[in-house]
Amino acid sequence: MSTTAPLVRLDGVRCRYGHDDVLVDVDLEVPAGQFIGVVGPSGSGKTTLLRAVIGTVKPVSGIVERRPGLRVTYVPQVETVDWNFPVTVAECVLMARVRGRRLPWASRAERQEVTSLLDRLGLGQLGERHIRELSGGQQQRVFVARALLGRPDLLLLDEPTSGVDVRTRHEVLHLLSELNETGLAILLTTHDLNGMAAHLPTLVCLNREVIGAGPPQVVLNTAVLERTYGARMEVLHHGGMPVVVDQYPPVGADVVELRQSAR
Amino acid sequence: MDVLFEPFAFEFFRVGLAVATMAGALCGLIGTYVVLKGMSYIGHGLSHAIFGGFAASALLGVNFFLGAGLWGFASALMIGGVTRRRAIGSDAAIGVITTASFALGLALIKVFGSAGKNPDAYLFGNVLAVERGQIVLVAAVMALAVAVVFFAYRPLLFSTFDPEVAEASGVRTARMDALLMVVLAATILATMNVLGVTLVAASLVIPAVVARMLTDSFSRMLVLSTAVGAVSGFTGMVLSYHLDIPSGPMIVLTGSAFFAAAFLVTSLKRS
Repeated sequence: MSTTAPLVRLDGVRCRYGHDDVLVDVDLEVPAGQFIGVVGPSGSGKTTLLRAVIGTVKPVSGIVERRPGLRVTYVPQVETVDWNFPVTVAECVLMARVRGRRLPWASRAERQEVTSLLDRLGLGQLGERHIRELSGGQQQRVFVARALLGRPDLLLLDEPTSGVDVRTRHEVLHLLSELNETGLAILLTTHDLNGMAAHLPTLVCLNREVIGAGPPQVVLNTAVLERTYGARMEVLHHGGMPVVVDQYPPVGADVVELRQSAR
Repeated sequence: MDVLFEPFAFEFFRVGLAVATMAGALCGLIGTYVVLKGMSYIGHGLSHAIFGGFAASALLGVNFFLGAGLWGFASALMIGGVTRRRAIGSDAAIGVITTASFALGLALIKVFGSAGKNPDAYLFGNVLAVERGQIVLVAAVMALAVAVVFFAYRPLLFSTFDPEVAEASGVRTARMDALLMVVLAATILATMNVLGVTLVAASLVIPAVVARMLTDSFSRMLVLSTAVGAVSGFTGMVLSYHLDIPSGPMIVLTGSAFFAAAFLVTSLKRS
Protein backbone atom coordinates (compact mmCIF):
# COMPACT_ATOMS: atom_id res chain seq x y z
CA MET A 1 0.00 0.00 0.00
CA SER A 2 1.45 3.41 -0.94
CA THR A 3 1.94 6.22 1.56
CA THR A 4 -0.67 8.28 -0.33
CA ALA A 5 -3.31 5.71 0.58
CA PRO A 6 -5.84 6.95 3.14
CA LEU A 7 -5.02 6.42 6.80
CA VAL A 8 -8.37 4.76 7.31
CA ARG A 9 -10.96 3.56 4.83
CA LEU A 10 -14.46 2.40 5.74
CA ASP A 11 -16.18 0.47 3.00
CA GLY A 12 -19.86 -0.47 3.38
CA VAL A 13 -19.57 -0.59 7.16
CA ARG A 14 -22.62 -1.71 9.10
CA CYS A 15 -22.54 -1.71 12.92
CA ARG A 16 -25.26 -3.02 15.18
CA TYR A 17 -26.03 -2.96 18.92
CA GLY A 18 -28.35 -5.89 19.59
CA HIS A 19 -30.89 -5.88 16.78
CA ASP A 20 -30.55 -2.18 15.99
CA ASP A 21 -28.40 -0.93 13.12
CA VAL A 22 -26.37 2.06 14.26
CA LEU A 23 -24.36 2.50 11.08
CA VAL A 24 -25.56 1.37 7.65
CA ASP A 25 -23.33 1.06 4.59
CA VAL A 26 -20.93 3.79 5.67
CA ASP A 27 -18.18 4.65 3.22
CA LEU A 28 -15.53 7.06 4.46
CA GLU A 29 -11.88 7.83 3.80
CA VAL A 30 -9.55 9.73 6.11
CA PRO A 31 -6.53 10.89 4.09
CA ALA A 32 -3.26 11.83 5.81
CA GLY A 33 -3.25 15.35 7.27
CA GLN A 34 -6.99 15.85 6.88
CA PHE A 35 -9.23 17.55 9.43
CA ILE A 36 -12.73 16.07 9.32
CA GLY A 37 -15.75 16.79 11.46
CA VAL A 38 -18.69 14.41 11.77
CA VAL A 39 -22.06 16.00 12.57
CA GLY A 40 -25.43 14.44 13.19
CA PRO A 41 -28.22 14.22 15.77
CA SER A 42 -27.97 12.23 19.00
CA GLY A 43 -28.02 8.51 18.26
CA SER A 44 -26.88 9.03 14.66
CA GLY A 45 -23.83 6.78 15.12
CA LYS A 46 -21.09 9.41 15.47
CA THR A 47 -19.39 7.80 18.47
CA THR A 48 -19.87 4.34 16.97
CA LEU A 49 -18.11 5.57 13.83
CA LEU A 50 -15.09 6.60 15.95
CA ARG A 51 -15.20 3.28 17.80
CA ALA A 52 -15.24 1.42 14.49
CA VAL A 53 -12.16 3.39 13.38
CA ILE A 54 -10.22 2.54 16.57
CA GLY A 55 -11.47 -1.03 16.50
CA THR A 56 -13.40 -1.28 19.78
CA VAL A 57 -16.61 -1.84 17.78
CA LYS A 58 -16.47 -4.55 15.14
CA PRO A 59 -18.69 -4.06 12.06
CA VAL A 60 -21.17 -6.86 11.30
CA SER A 61 -20.41 -6.29 7.62
CA GLY A 62 -18.13 -4.11 5.53
CA ILE A 63 -14.45 -3.36 5.96
CA VAL A 64 -12.47 -0.98 8.16
CA GLU A 65 -9.04 -0.77 6.58
CA ARG A 66 -6.22 0.95 8.48
CA ARG A 67 -2.88 1.78 6.92
CA PRO A 68 -0.30 -0.72 8.25
CA GLY A 69 1.50 0.67 11.31
CA LEU A 70 -1.08 3.42 11.72
CA ARG A 71 -1.13 5.00 15.19
CA VAL A 72 -4.58 6.16 16.22
CA THR A 73 -5.34 7.78 19.58
CA TYR A 74 -8.67 8.76 21.04
CA VAL A 75 -9.90 11.60 23.24
CA PRO A 76 -13.22 10.67 24.89
CA GLN A 77 -16.06 13.02 25.78
CA VAL A 78 -15.11 14.86 28.97
CA GLU A 79 -18.57 14.03 30.35
CA THR A 80 -17.47 10.39 30.56
CA VAL A 81 -14.40 11.20 32.68
CA ASP A 82 -14.47 10.37 36.41
CA TRP A 83 -13.30 13.71 37.79
CA ASN A 84 -13.00 12.29 41.31
CA PHE A 85 -10.44 9.72 40.24
CA PRO A 86 -7.15 10.44 42.06
CA VAL A 87 -4.91 11.34 39.19
CA THR A 88 -2.66 14.34 38.59
CA VAL A 89 -2.18 15.92 35.18
CA ALA A 90 1.25 14.28 34.74
CA GLU A 91 -0.07 10.85 35.84
CA CYS A 92 -3.01 11.17 33.47
CA VAL A 93 -0.78 11.93 30.49
CA LEU A 94 1.84 9.30 31.32
CA MET A 95 -0.64 6.44 31.77
CA ALA A 96 -0.98 6.31 27.98
CA ARG A 97 2.64 5.13 27.64
CA VAL A 98 1.72 1.46 27.99
CA ARG A 99 4.27 -0.02 25.63
CA GLY A 100 7.95 -0.47 26.30
CA ARG A 101 8.89 0.50 29.85
CA ARG A 102 7.24 -1.69 32.49
CA LEU A 103 8.32 0.17 35.62
CA PRO A 104 5.69 2.31 37.39
CA TRP A 105 7.75 5.48 37.56
CA ALA A 106 8.66 7.56 34.52
CA SER A 107 12.13 7.46 33.03
CA ARG A 108 14.04 10.73 32.66
CA ALA A 109 13.27 10.73 28.92
CA GLU A 110 9.58 10.16 29.60
CA ARG A 111 9.49 12.97 32.18
CA GLN A 112 11.11 15.32 29.66
CA GLU A 113 8.65 14.24 26.97
CA VAL A 114 5.64 14.84 29.23
CA THR A 115 7.03 18.20 30.39
CA SER A 116 7.65 19.40 26.86
CA LEU A 117 4.19 18.17 25.76
CA LEU A 118 2.52 19.98 28.67
CA ASP A 119 4.55 23.12 27.88
CA ARG A 120 3.50 22.92 24.25
CA LEU A 121 -0.16 22.75 25.24
CA GLY A 122 0.12 25.55 27.81
CA LEU A 123 -0.10 23.24 30.82
CA GLY A 124 3.56 23.54 31.84
CA GLN A 125 3.09 24.38 35.52
CA LEU A 126 0.09 22.13 36.11
CA GLY A 127 1.68 18.66 36.13
CA GLU A 128 1.11 18.08 39.86
CA ARG A 129 -2.43 19.48 39.91
CA HIS A 130 -5.46 17.19 40.12
CA ILE A 131 -7.39 17.07 36.82
CA ARG A 132 -10.56 18.37 38.52
CA GLU A 133 -8.79 21.60 39.48
CA LEU A 134 -8.38 22.72 35.85
CA SER A 135 -10.60 24.86 33.63
CA GLY A 136 -12.69 23.21 30.90
CA GLY A 137 -10.17 24.10 28.18
CA GLN A 138 -7.23 22.87 30.26
CA GLN A 139 -9.03 19.60 31.00
CA GLN A 140 -9.61 19.02 27.29
CA ARG A 141 -5.93 19.78 26.62
CA VAL A 142 -4.81 17.23 29.23
CA PHE A 143 -6.62 14.49 27.33
CA VAL A 144 -5.25 15.77 24.03
CA ALA A 145 -1.77 15.64 25.61
CA ARG A 146 -2.38 12.06 26.71
CA ALA A 147 -3.41 11.19 23.15
CA LEU A 148 -0.37 12.98 21.68
CA LEU A 149 1.99 11.01 23.91
CA GLY A 150 1.13 8.03 21.70
CA ARG A 151 2.60 10.00 18.75
CA PRO A 152 -0.47 9.41 16.60
CA ASP A 153 -0.92 9.75 12.85
CA LEU A 154 -4.65 10.15 13.43
CA LEU A 155 -6.30 11.81 16.42
CA LEU A 156 -9.95 11.05 17.16
CA LEU A 157 -12.00 13.30 19.43
CA ASP A 158 -15.55 12.68 20.61
CA GLU A 159 -17.44 15.94 21.12
CA PRO A 160 -14.37 17.97 22.19
CA THR A 161 -16.42 21.15 22.72
CA SER A 162 -19.48 19.64 24.33
CA GLY A 163 -20.68 21.70 27.28
CA VAL A 164 -17.88 24.28 27.12
CA ASP A 165 -18.14 28.06 26.89
CA VAL A 166 -17.29 30.10 23.78
CA ARG A 167 -13.78 30.99 24.92
CA THR A 168 -12.92 27.35 25.66
CA ARG A 169 -14.36 26.32 22.30
CA HIS A 170 -12.08 28.84 20.59
CA GLU A 171 -9.10 27.51 22.58
CA VAL A 172 -9.84 23.91 21.58
CA LEU A 173 -10.43 24.81 17.92
CA HIS A 174 -7.21 26.82 17.82
CA LEU A 175 -5.22 23.98 19.41
CA LEU A 176 -6.60 21.41 16.99
CA SER A 177 -5.91 23.67 13.98
CA GLU A 178 -2.30 24.05 15.14
CA LEU A 179 -1.92 20.29 15.54
CA ASN A 180 -3.45 19.72 12.11
CA GLU A 181 -0.97 22.19 10.60
CA THR A 182 1.87 19.98 11.87
CA GLY A 183 0.47 17.17 9.68
CA LEU A 184 -1.67 15.35 12.24
CA ALA A 185 -4.92 14.02 10.78
CA ILE A 186 -7.97 14.72 12.94
CA LEU A 187 -11.41 13.15 12.94
CA LEU A 188 -13.87 14.57 15.46
CA THR A 189 -17.56 14.49 16.20
CA THR A 190 -19.53 17.56 17.16
CA HIS A 191 -23.07 18.76 17.77
CA ASP A 192 -22.00 22.35 17.31
CA LEU A 193 -22.79 23.27 13.70
CA ASN A 194 -21.92 26.98 13.85
CA GLY A 195 -19.27 27.16 16.56
CA MET A 196 -17.27 24.13 15.44
CA ALA A 197 -18.39 22.32 12.29
CA ALA A 198 -18.60 25.39 10.05
CA HIS A 199 -14.94 26.19 10.83
CA LEU A 200 -13.60 22.79 9.72
CA PRO A 201 -12.24 22.09 6.24
CA THR A 202 -14.31 18.93 5.72
CA LEU A 203 -17.62 17.76 7.15
CA VAL A 204 -19.47 14.47 7.13
CA CYS A 205 -23.21 14.61 7.85
CA LEU A 206 -24.23 11.32 9.43
CA ASN A 207 -27.52 9.81 10.42
CA ARG A 208 -26.77 6.07 10.53
CA GLU A 209 -25.64 6.54 6.91
CA VAL A 210 -23.52 9.24 5.31
CA ILE A 211 -25.93 11.90 4.06
CA GLY A 212 -23.31 14.28 2.71
CA ALA A 213 -19.57 14.91 2.80
CA GLY A 214 -17.40 17.82 1.70
CA PRO A 215 -16.52 21.40 2.67
CA PRO A 216 -19.05 23.09 5.01
CA GLN A 217 -19.97 25.63 2.30
CA VAL A 218 -21.18 22.74 0.16
CA VAL A 219 -22.53 20.28 2.72
CA LEU A 220 -24.36 22.66 5.03
CA ASN A 221 -27.49 23.21 2.96
CA THR A 222 -31.15 22.88 3.86
CA ALA A 223 -31.69 19.59 2.01
CA VAL A 224 -28.73 17.77 3.60
CA LEU A 225 -29.46 19.19 7.06
CA GLU A 226 -33.12 18.20 6.89
CA ARG A 227 -32.19 14.65 5.90
CA THR A 228 -29.55 14.52 8.63
CA TYR A 229 -31.51 16.02 11.51
CA GLY A 230 -35.11 15.43 10.41
CA ALA A 231 -35.81 19.10 11.14
CA ARG A 232 -36.09 22.17 8.97
CA MET A 233 -33.11 24.53 9.12
CA GLU A 234 -32.16 27.62 7.21
CA VAL A 235 -28.60 28.33 6.10
CA LEU A 236 -27.43 31.95 6.02
CA HIS A 237 -23.99 33.15 5.01
CA HIS A 238 -21.82 35.46 7.03
CA GLY A 239 -18.29 36.41 6.01
CA GLY A 240 -18.17 33.49 3.56
CA MET A 241 -19.16 30.99 6.24
CA PRO A 242 -22.46 29.14 6.50
CA VAL A 243 -24.59 29.89 9.56
CA VAL A 244 -27.31 27.38 10.38
CA VAL A 245 -30.54 28.74 11.88
CA ASP A 246 -33.43 26.69 13.26
CA GLN A 247 -36.71 27.21 11.44
CA TYR A 248 -38.69 27.01 14.64
CA PRO A 249 -41.00 29.81 15.71
CA PRO A 250 -40.12 31.68 18.88
CA VAL A 251 -41.28 29.79 21.97
CA GLY A 252 -44.79 30.94 22.88
CA ALA A 253 -45.73 32.01 19.34
CA ASP A 254 -47.64 28.76 18.73
CA VAL A 255 -49.46 29.23 22.04
CA VAL A 256 -50.62 32.69 20.92
CA GLU A 257 -51.77 31.19 17.61
CA LEU A 258 -53.70 28.45 19.45
CA ARG A 259 -55.38 30.99 21.74
CA GLN A 260 -56.36 33.14 18.76
CA SER A 261 -57.81 30.17 16.88
CA ALA A 262 -59.69 29.08 20.01
CA ARG A 263 -61.46 32.46 20.09
CA MET B 1 4.25 -1.26 80.11
CA ASP B 2 5.01 -4.95 80.48
CA VAL B 3 1.33 -5.72 79.97
CA LEU B 4 1.51 -3.98 76.59
CA PHE B 5 4.32 -6.22 75.39
CA GLU B 6 2.99 -9.35 77.07
CA PRO B 7 1.44 -10.93 73.92
CA PHE B 8 4.74 -10.66 72.03
CA ALA B 9 6.08 -13.43 74.25
CA PHE B 10 3.71 -15.90 72.56
CA GLU B 11 4.66 -17.37 69.23
CA PHE B 12 1.06 -17.71 68.08
CA PHE B 13 0.68 -13.98 68.59
CA ARG B 14 3.86 -13.08 66.73
CA VAL B 15 2.73 -15.26 63.82
CA GLY B 16 -0.77 -13.73 63.91
CA LEU B 17 0.69 -10.23 64.09
CA ALA B 18 2.93 -10.82 61.07
CA VAL B 19 0.02 -12.27 59.09
CA ALA B 20 -2.39 -9.51 60.16
CA THR B 21 0.08 -6.76 59.21
CA MET B 22 0.78 -8.33 55.82
CA ALA B 23 -2.93 -9.06 55.30
CA GLY B 24 -3.79 -5.43 56.06
CA ALA B 25 -1.12 -4.18 53.66
CA LEU B 26 -2.28 -6.62 50.97
CA CYS B 27 -5.93 -5.59 51.35
CA GLY B 28 -4.89 -1.92 51.28
CA LEU B 29 -2.91 -2.41 48.06
CA ILE B 30 -5.60 -4.34 46.16
CA GLY B 31 -8.36 -2.27 47.80
CA THR B 32 -7.14 0.79 45.89
CA TYR B 33 -8.23 -0.81 42.62
CA VAL B 34 -11.36 -2.31 44.20
CA VAL B 35 -12.54 1.13 45.37
CA LEU B 36 -11.56 3.05 42.23
CA LYS B 37 -13.20 0.51 39.94
CA GLY B 38 -16.38 0.63 42.03
CA MET B 39 -15.93 -3.06 42.85
CA SER B 40 -16.50 -2.87 46.61
CA TYR B 41 -19.58 -5.04 46.31
CA ILE B 42 -17.65 -7.63 44.31
CA GLY B 43 -15.05 -7.81 47.10
CA HIS B 44 -17.81 -8.26 49.63
CA GLY B 45 -19.55 -10.90 47.51
CA LEU B 46 -16.37 -12.78 46.64
CA SER B 47 -15.40 -13.15 50.30
CA HIS B 48 -18.81 -14.68 50.98
CA ALA B 49 -18.58 -16.92 47.91
CA ILE B 50 -15.25 -18.31 49.11
CA PHE B 51 -16.92 -19.47 52.32
CA GLY B 52 -18.89 -21.91 50.13
CA GLY B 53 -15.55 -23.25 48.91
CA PHE B 54 -14.37 -23.64 52.50
CA ALA B 55 -17.41 -25.80 53.36
CA ALA B 56 -17.18 -27.84 50.15
CA SER B 57 -13.47 -28.59 50.69
CA ALA B 58 -14.19 -29.66 54.29
CA LEU B 59 -16.90 -32.01 53.00
CA LEU B 60 -14.76 -33.48 50.20
CA GLY B 61 -11.62 -33.69 52.33
CA VAL B 62 -9.77 -31.48 49.84
CA ASN B 63 -7.03 -29.11 50.98
CA PHE B 64 -8.85 -25.99 52.14
CA PHE B 65 -6.73 -23.47 50.24
CA LEU B 66 -6.91 -25.51 47.04
CA GLY B 67 -10.67 -26.12 47.25
CA ALA B 68 -11.65 -22.64 48.39
CA GLY B 69 -9.09 -21.18 45.97
CA LEU B 70 -10.61 -22.96 42.98
CA TRP B 71 -14.08 -22.03 44.21
CA GLY B 72 -13.02 -18.40 44.61
CA PHE B 73 -11.30 -18.38 41.22
CA ALA B 74 -14.45 -19.76 39.54
CA SER B 75 -16.59 -17.20 41.40
CA ALA B 76 -14.21 -14.38 40.42
CA LEU B 77 -14.42 -15.35 36.77
CA MET B 78 -18.21 -15.65 36.99
CA ILE B 79 -18.47 -12.24 38.66
CA GLY B 80 -16.08 -10.74 36.12
CA GLY B 81 -18.16 -12.20 33.30
CA VAL B 82 -21.40 -10.97 34.84
CA THR B 83 -20.13 -7.41 35.33
CA ARG B 84 -19.23 -7.23 31.64
CA ARG B 85 -22.81 -8.08 30.66
CA ARG B 86 -25.29 -5.28 30.62
CA ALA B 87 -28.45 -7.30 30.16
CA ILE B 88 -28.49 -8.26 33.85
CA GLY B 89 -27.79 -5.76 36.60
CA SER B 90 -24.31 -6.72 37.80
CA ASP B 91 -25.02 -5.92 41.46
CA ALA B 92 -28.07 -8.18 41.41
CA ALA B 93 -26.18 -10.98 39.65
CA ILE B 94 -23.28 -10.74 42.13
CA GLY B 95 -25.77 -10.81 44.97
CA VAL B 96 -27.31 -14.01 43.63
CA ILE B 97 -24.05 -15.88 42.89
CA THR B 98 -22.16 -14.99 46.04
CA THR B 99 -24.93 -15.15 48.63
CA ALA B 100 -26.04 -18.47 47.16
CA SER B 101 -22.49 -19.74 47.60
CA PHE B 102 -22.37 -18.43 51.19
CA ALA B 103 -25.74 -20.00 51.98
CA LEU B 104 -24.58 -23.29 50.47
CA GLY B 105 -21.50 -23.15 52.70
CA LEU B 106 -23.62 -22.64 55.83
CA ALA B 107 -25.99 -25.46 54.82
CA LEU B 108 -23.11 -27.89 54.12
CA ILE B 109 -21.51 -27.16 57.48
CA LYS B 110 -24.82 -27.62 59.29
CA VAL B 111 -25.47 -30.99 57.62
CA PHE B 112 -21.97 -32.47 57.24
CA GLY B 113 -19.88 -30.52 59.77
CA SER B 114 -16.63 -28.72 59.03
CA ALA B 115 -14.12 -31.58 59.40
CA GLY B 116 -12.49 -30.16 62.50
CA LYS B 117 -12.13 -26.63 61.10
CA ASN B 118 -13.68 -23.80 63.08
CA PRO B 119 -16.17 -21.99 60.81
CA ASP B 120 -16.35 -19.03 63.22
CA ALA B 121 -12.66 -18.35 62.60
CA TYR B 122 -13.38 -18.04 58.89
CA LEU B 123 -16.48 -15.95 59.47
CA PHE B 124 -15.04 -13.43 61.95
CA GLY B 125 -11.29 -14.02 62.04
CA ASN B 126 -9.38 -15.59 64.92
CA VAL B 127 -5.75 -15.14 65.85
CA LEU B 128 -5.67 -18.67 67.30
CA ALA B 129 -6.63 -20.14 63.91
CA VAL B 130 -3.57 -18.64 62.24
CA GLU B 131 -0.89 -21.22 61.54
CA ARG B 132 2.79 -20.62 60.93
CA GLY B 133 2.52 -21.77 57.32
CA GLN B 134 0.09 -18.99 56.67
CA ILE B 135 2.89 -16.44 56.86
CA VAL B 136 4.29 -18.07 53.73
CA LEU B 137 0.86 -18.05 52.03
CA VAL B 138 0.13 -14.38 52.76
CA ALA B 139 3.72 -13.44 51.81
CA ALA B 140 3.35 -15.34 48.52
CA VAL B 141 0.06 -13.60 47.68
CA MET B 142 1.61 -10.28 48.72
CA ALA B 143 4.54 -10.94 46.36
CA LEU B 144 2.09 -11.81 43.56
CA ALA B 145 0.04 -8.65 44.18
CA VAL B 146 3.12 -6.42 44.30
CA ALA B 147 4.49 -8.01 41.12
CA VAL B 148 1.18 -7.48 39.29
CA VAL B 149 0.87 -3.87 40.47
CA PHE B 150 4.55 -3.18 39.72
CA PHE B 151 4.83 -4.69 36.26
CA ALA B 152 1.32 -3.85 35.06
CA TYR B 153 1.16 -0.44 36.78
CA ARG B 154 0.35 1.70 33.74
CA PRO B 155 -2.06 -0.68 31.94
CA LEU B 156 -3.85 -1.32 35.26
CA LEU B 157 -4.11 2.40 36.00
CA PHE B 158 -5.25 3.18 32.44
CA SER B 159 -7.90 0.44 32.39
CA THR B 160 -9.11 1.46 35.87
CA PHE B 161 -9.42 5.14 34.97
CA ASP B 162 -10.55 4.99 31.35
CA PRO B 163 -11.22 1.45 30.09
CA GLU B 164 -12.51 2.42 26.66
CA VAL B 165 -9.54 4.61 25.74
CA ALA B 166 -7.18 2.08 27.32
CA GLU B 167 -8.63 -0.63 25.06
CA ALA B 168 -8.25 1.68 22.06
CA SER B 169 -4.63 2.32 23.07
CA GLY B 170 -3.77 -1.38 23.02
CA VAL B 171 -4.39 -2.33 26.67
CA ARG B 172 -6.16 -5.68 26.97
CA THR B 173 -8.65 -4.48 29.55
CA ALA B 174 -10.46 -7.83 29.86
CA ARG B 175 -7.13 -9.46 30.70
CA MET B 176 -6.37 -6.73 33.25
CA ASP B 177 -9.80 -7.20 34.86
CA ALA B 178 -9.29 -10.98 35.04
CA LEU B 179 -5.82 -10.52 36.54
CA LEU B 180 -7.21 -8.20 39.19
CA MET B 181 -10.00 -10.64 40.02
CA VAL B 182 -7.52 -13.48 40.45
CA VAL B 183 -5.35 -11.38 42.80
CA LEU B 184 -8.48 -10.26 44.68
CA ALA B 185 -9.66 -13.86 45.13
CA ALA B 186 -6.16 -14.90 46.30
CA THR B 187 -6.10 -11.96 48.74
CA ILE B 188 -9.44 -12.89 50.28
CA LEU B 189 -8.44 -16.54 50.50
CA ALA B 190 -5.14 -15.78 52.21
CA THR B 191 -6.59 -13.32 54.72
CA MET B 192 -9.80 -15.18 55.67
CA ASN B 193 -8.36 -16.63 58.90
CA VAL B 194 -7.32 -13.26 60.26
CA LEU B 195 -10.05 -10.98 59.00
CA GLY B 196 -13.02 -13.30 58.52
CA VAL B 197 -15.18 -13.47 55.37
CA THR B 198 -17.76 -11.08 56.76
CA LEU B 199 -15.14 -8.37 57.33
CA VAL B 200 -12.63 -8.82 54.49
CA ALA B 201 -14.60 -6.40 52.32
CA ALA B 202 -14.22 -3.66 54.95
CA SER B 203 -10.44 -4.24 55.05
CA LEU B 204 -10.37 -3.87 51.28
CA VAL B 205 -12.38 -0.67 51.25
CA ILE B 206 -11.47 1.33 54.38
CA PRO B 207 -7.69 1.85 53.85
CA ALA B 208 -8.28 2.86 50.22
CA VAL B 209 -11.01 5.34 51.21
CA VAL B 210 -8.78 6.82 53.94
CA ALA B 211 -5.94 7.18 51.42
CA ARG B 212 -8.27 8.73 48.84
CA MET B 213 -9.28 11.40 51.34
CA LEU B 214 -5.63 12.26 51.97
CA THR B 215 -4.30 12.50 48.41
CA ASP B 216 -5.28 13.34 44.83
CA SER B 217 -2.44 11.32 43.31
CA PHE B 218 -2.90 7.69 42.29
CA SER B 219 0.66 6.58 43.12
CA ARG B 220 0.50 8.21 46.56
CA MET B 221 -2.92 6.67 47.18
CA LEU B 222 -1.51 3.23 46.42
CA VAL B 223 1.32 3.68 48.96
CA LEU B 224 -0.87 5.34 51.61
CA SER B 225 -3.60 2.70 51.34
CA THR B 226 -1.05 -0.08 51.77
CA ALA B 227 0.44 1.70 54.81
CA VAL B 228 -2.97 2.37 56.42
CA GLY B 229 -3.90 -1.30 55.88
CA ALA B 230 -0.65 -2.51 57.47
CA VAL B 231 -0.95 -0.20 60.48
CA SER B 232 -4.64 -1.18 60.93
CA GLY B 233 -3.67 -4.86 60.83
CA PHE B 234 -0.85 -4.43 63.36
CA THR B 235 -2.75 -2.18 65.77
CA GLY B 236 -5.99 -4.14 65.43
CA MET B 237 -4.19 -7.38 66.25
CA VAL B 238 -2.59 -5.94 69.39
CA LEU B 239 -5.93 -4.48 70.54
CA SER B 240 -7.63 -7.79 69.70
CA TYR B 241 -5.39 -9.55 72.26
CA HIS B 242 -5.78 -6.95 75.00
CA LEU B 243 -9.53 -6.44 74.61
CA ASP B 244 -10.29 -10.11 73.93
CA ILE B 245 -12.21 -9.32 70.75
CA PRO B 246 -11.81 -11.38 67.53
CA SER B 247 -9.05 -10.03 65.26
CA GLY B 248 -11.32 -9.31 62.26
CA PRO B 249 -13.65 -6.85 64.01
CA MET B 250 -10.74 -5.18 65.83
CA ILE B 251 -8.76 -4.62 62.60
CA VAL B 252 -11.84 -3.19 60.91
CA LEU B 253 -12.58 -0.95 63.92
CA THR B 254 -9.01 0.35 63.86
CA GLY B 255 -9.34 1.12 60.14
CA SER B 256 -12.65 2.84 60.89
CA ALA B 257 -10.92 5.03 63.48
CA PHE B 258 -8.40 6.07 60.80
CA PHE B 259 -11.33 6.81 58.51
CA ALA B 260 -13.02 9.00 61.15
CA ALA B 261 -9.75 10.86 61.81
CA ALA B 262 -9.06 11.42 58.09
CA PHE B 263 -12.66 12.53 57.55
CA LEU B 264 -12.43 15.01 60.41
CA VAL B 265 -9.05 16.42 59.37
CA THR B 266 -9.98 16.82 55.69
CA SER B 267 -13.36 18.35 56.62
CA LEU B 268 -11.65 20.89 58.89
CA LYS B 269 -9.13 21.70 56.13
CA ARG B 270 -11.94 22.31 53.66
CA SER B 271 -13.84 24.58 55.99
